[in-house]
Amino acid sequence: MTDLTSLTIAAARDQLAKKEFTALELTEAHLAAMDKAKDLNAFIVTTPEIARERAKAADARLQSGKAGALEGIPLGIKDLFCTEGVQTTAASHILEGFKPPYESTVSQKLRDAGSVMLGKLNLDEFAMGSSNMTSYFGKVKSPWKAKGRSDDLVPGGSSGGSAASVSACLAMGATGTDTGGSIRQPAAFCGIVGVKPTYGRCSRWGIVAFASSLDQAGPMTRTVRDAAIMLKVMCGHDPKDSTSAPLSVPDFEAVLKQGVKGLRIGIPKEYRPDGLNAEVAALWDQGIQWLRDAGATTIDISLPHTKSALPTYYIVAPAEASSNLARYDGVRFGQRVEGKTLDEMYAKTRAAGFGTEVKRRILIGTYVLSAGYYDAYYLKAQKVRALIARDFNEAFEKCDAILTPTAPTAAFGLNDKQDDPVAMYLNDVFTVPASLAGIPGASVPAGLNKDGLPLGLQVLTKRWDEETMFRVCQVLEDAAQFPLLKGAR
Amino acid sequence: MSLDKATVRRIATLARIEVPDADLEATAAQLSGILSWIEQLSEVDTSNVAPMSGGIDMESISTKPRWREDKVTDGGQTEKVLANAPDPQDGGFFGVPKVVE
Amino acid sequence: MSYIIKGDTGDWEVVIGLEVHAQVISKSKLFSGAPTEFGAGPNTQVSFIDAGMPGMLPVLNGHAVEQAVRTGLGLKAKINKRSIFARKNYFYADMPQGYQISQYDMPIVGEGTIVLDMPDGTSRSVGIERLHLEQDAGKSVHDQHATKTCIDLNRSGVPLMEIVSKPDLRSPEEAGAYLKKLRSILVYLGTCDGNMEEGSMRCDANVSVRPVGSTELRTRCEIKNVNSMRFVMQAIEHEAKRHVEVWESGGAVDQETRLYDANRNETRSMRSKEFAHDYRYFPDPDLLPLEFDDAYIAKIQATLPELPDDKKARFIKDYGLSAYDAGVLVAEQENAVYFEGVAKGTDAKLANNWVSTNLFGLLNARGVSISESPISAKNLGRLVQLIADNTLSSRMAKEVFEMMAADGKDPDTIVTERGMKQITDTSAIDAAVDQIIAANPDKVAEYNSGKVQLMGWFVGQVMKATQGKANPGMCGELLKKKLG
Repeated sequence: MTDLTSLTIAAARDQLAKKEFTALELTEAHLAAMDKAKDLNAFIVTTPEIARERAKAADARLQSGKAGALEGIPLGIKDLFCTEGVQTTAASHILEGFKPPYESTVSQKLRDAGSVMLGKLNLDEFAMGSSNMTSYFGKVKSPWKAKGRSDDLVPGGSSGGSAASVSACLAMGATGTDTGGSIRQPAAFCGIVGVKPTYGRCSRWGIVAFASSLDQAGPMTRTVRDAAIMLKVMCGHDPKDSTSAPLSVPDFEAVLKQGVKGLRIGIPKEYRPDGLNAEVAALWDQGIQWLRDAGATTIDISLPHTKSALPTYYIVAPAEASSNLARYDGVRFGQRVEGKTLDEMYAKTRAAGFGTEVKRRILIGTYVLSAGYYDAYYLKAQKVRALIARDFNEAFEKCDAILTPTAPTAAFGLNDKQDDPVAMYLNDVFTVPASLAGIPGASVPAGLNKDGLPLGLQVLTKRWDEETMFRVCQVLEDAAQFPLLKGAR
Repeated sequence: MSLDKATVRRIATLARIEVPDADLEATAAQLSGILSWIEQLSEVDTSNVAPMSGGIDMESISTKPRWREDKVTDGGQTEKVLANAPDPQDGGFFGVPKVVE
Repeated sequence: MSYIIKGDTGDWEVVIGLEVHAQVISKSKLFSGAPTEFGAGPNTQVSFIDAGMPGMLPVLNGHAVEQAVRTGLGLKAKINKRSIFARKNYFYADMPQGYQISQYDMPIVGEGTIVLDMPDGTSRSVGIERLHLEQDAGKSVHDQHATKTCIDLNRSGVPLMEIVSKPDLRSPEEAGAYLKKLRSILVYLGTCDGNMEEGSMRCDANVSVRPVGSTELRTRCEIKNVNSMRFVMQAIEHEAKRHVEVWESGGAVDQETRLYDANRNETRSMRSKEFAHDYRYFPDPDLLPLEFDDAYIAKIQATLPELPDDKKARFIKDYGLSAYDAGVLVAEQENAVYFEGVAKGTDAKLANNWVSTNLFGLLNARGVSISESPISAKNLGRLVQLIADNTLSSRMAKEVFEMMAADGKDPDTIVTERGMKQITDTSAIDAAVDQIIAANPDKVAEYNSGKVQLMGWFVGQVMKATQGKANPGMCGELLKKKLG
């Protein structure tokens, strides 16, 4: 028998249905793999008891012919999703020990579809980061190494634990969240598929908030088909989230093989700045050619405010975060450091509970909202954001999808010196514009650089048009024949 | 924009994050670095542009207001509400250091 | 009648604006499904949303929106078809999210007007600046524990309307009249129960002074959370005098928030808030803009009840009441409804006398509200009818009223049981009059010699002879004729 952990979700689904193995066997194989790969530090908490119990229940449903869409499929849950009775930390010390008395809508939907939770995945603290180096519970290592080298690499972030676990075949899929690229960038770094759907597709209820107007959950899987299967379960209208869209859920899997013949693919010139990494540029050109070969036409487009996206993001996201993170005050849950007065208790609790990057962003966010600066920073950013959204609207009058690189480089070293926050922020230069505009975006692993490290291509479409996005992704995946780890397929 | 130590102290107090005096200088420098990078936005012409708020324009997909019915569907779960409290008090309260008005 | 503070340097007038927080009548909270009832055990009415738990999101209560629009219409105010919820960021122990969801630069209701009925019968228009929806905070309990403050989040998320007046008020009395009228309108509309003891209506007062004749606006102080109409008036009076003293002694009033201490009748600076606030308002990204159309407003408009001003005008016109009497009756909706129940099909002025004098007197003496009245409007109305059609004399009516108050019986039953029907049959009274005249020739002589005050004695004798049932007016007339 082949290694069960290297199966795709689609293959495991079919073989479980044919009773070729049981859900419990599938889960045990993953628990064993997780045990062996502890040094990746992908999980903050593992939940083997819950996993076995749910796998057994899945087997019972498979037996009685009542299988859900993800029956018996072992998944990892990013530790930003609240899970009932299971510690949820957002990788922050301030939430250490917090056991939510409720389950997030997305993880509940996955559970209701029969999937098996393996544990809670590591991330950058409060999802603030692009390297998974800001987690209070330690850095995550990428399962990838540069050719002929042994030094550890970052998995990207913030969904670094998710990307590493799926890439290393510790989980068949994982949930991620994307605020400025936190699904797409780690997917690219780890050579997997990551999908950020349209803002409003997935309910945010029960997901620890970073920046409310940007946060969006999505699947991270090894194949495009798996992402389509998972997203269909994760999304849908939730009356508990006022920003969740009252739309029916399309069958994303059904459109995968429709191809791109006749589609117009936009290539934005602003994504090819002087000094763009040559290998990234070459892979992008390769992607363009693949789509042409499959019958698409490509056109040059302009997204003139691209350059302003990152600074806009670094006003909007910290501003919202400064307010969203005010509830971590040591009163109702989480860690507390006592003080003589209420204010002293707050200040000590928050100083000790938050890490450096989180504190930095709270301070920036507090500053840009404060009296006298609101108009110059926050209001200005919301206006530029409107211009960025308009750029995309105008572009989608001329094209059906946009193709860009996902990240400006491949993964960097886990121990590289990172003392300039702005340099780190530049990792998200290609992913942030779509987040600001609320449009869907996906990263597909498309090739390796000369060091043998994965590079991803990003596909963007207009709001609510994930179906076109999946069609383009499938064509890229078929053409790229990306060498997944452990021969997974 | 360059922040001085006093401004950092003011922001830190507003945000209720203790910043030791010894760290004020370095924090000010770091925040100033980020702010001066952000300030390139001032070059963008935003006259006659309405600010975008939220990541969505729901108007395009729904005209029906999504409001809740006025029904009691929640509450009566004191134990769960207090389950994670660092300092619960007898009688079903959260506890904090004494506040003097 | 203007309110003037006599200072050493001249006359000063006071400029007052009021901010009223009125709890919206609703079953559930503004953004969660937890109940809003008053007086429940600590933290029993708390959803995870109200407790600010991670990942929790607000969903707007549609009924609260309707109530705000209804109130706006009742205040003849501009209704904004698009408004925005904003976060007001500050830390406090009973503010679980670290921000209050409120409305800032785009409130649901804009400018409106309230007409005040002053005690001297005059009326005055006061501008409403705005009305917005916001959530209440929880409660800090300081006396449960020696070294701790205890937090109860039952109130957290309860829907409030903040109603802000323009600085149009010029005396403590006007402030009192404003609160009374606003409360009356809210109760009529059914949007707030107006109960100040339970905190359903709370008031902050912005007070400043200026020399009479000047139009400048000097530094104002905000007096927080004054929780009865009487205290609001006292606090304003005290604060205005304090300002005059500060200005006249060459000082300057600091813009600050002050607390009113009712026991010592003084205001004092809230030192715990010495750190300057910077609320960092921004649109709440968890909520969509609050939008509705004209049809929505029209639907609510169509269900508005008759409001105090209209009712008062109608009482004056339809019932011929004085402006003062009508004003007293309409101030409380229940009183107005009761009055109309009494006045239906009978003499309205007589009905007003019996309601305003006898019934209110009875209720006051018993310390009960009109909803607990032992006499129903229907029964009191019947009593008034019996007076109007001369079945009962007013003296008999008072007796019947006492009996109705004692056991709640209807007046017809009492009259029948006790055989109290007034005698209006002239022949029956005639006989009694003849008998009295015949039996008392000496008194008749005295009367005829000019001692007309004896008429009272004769009437009394006739009443006695008829066991009090004779109509006193008719007795007098017949006696006069026969003695004549």
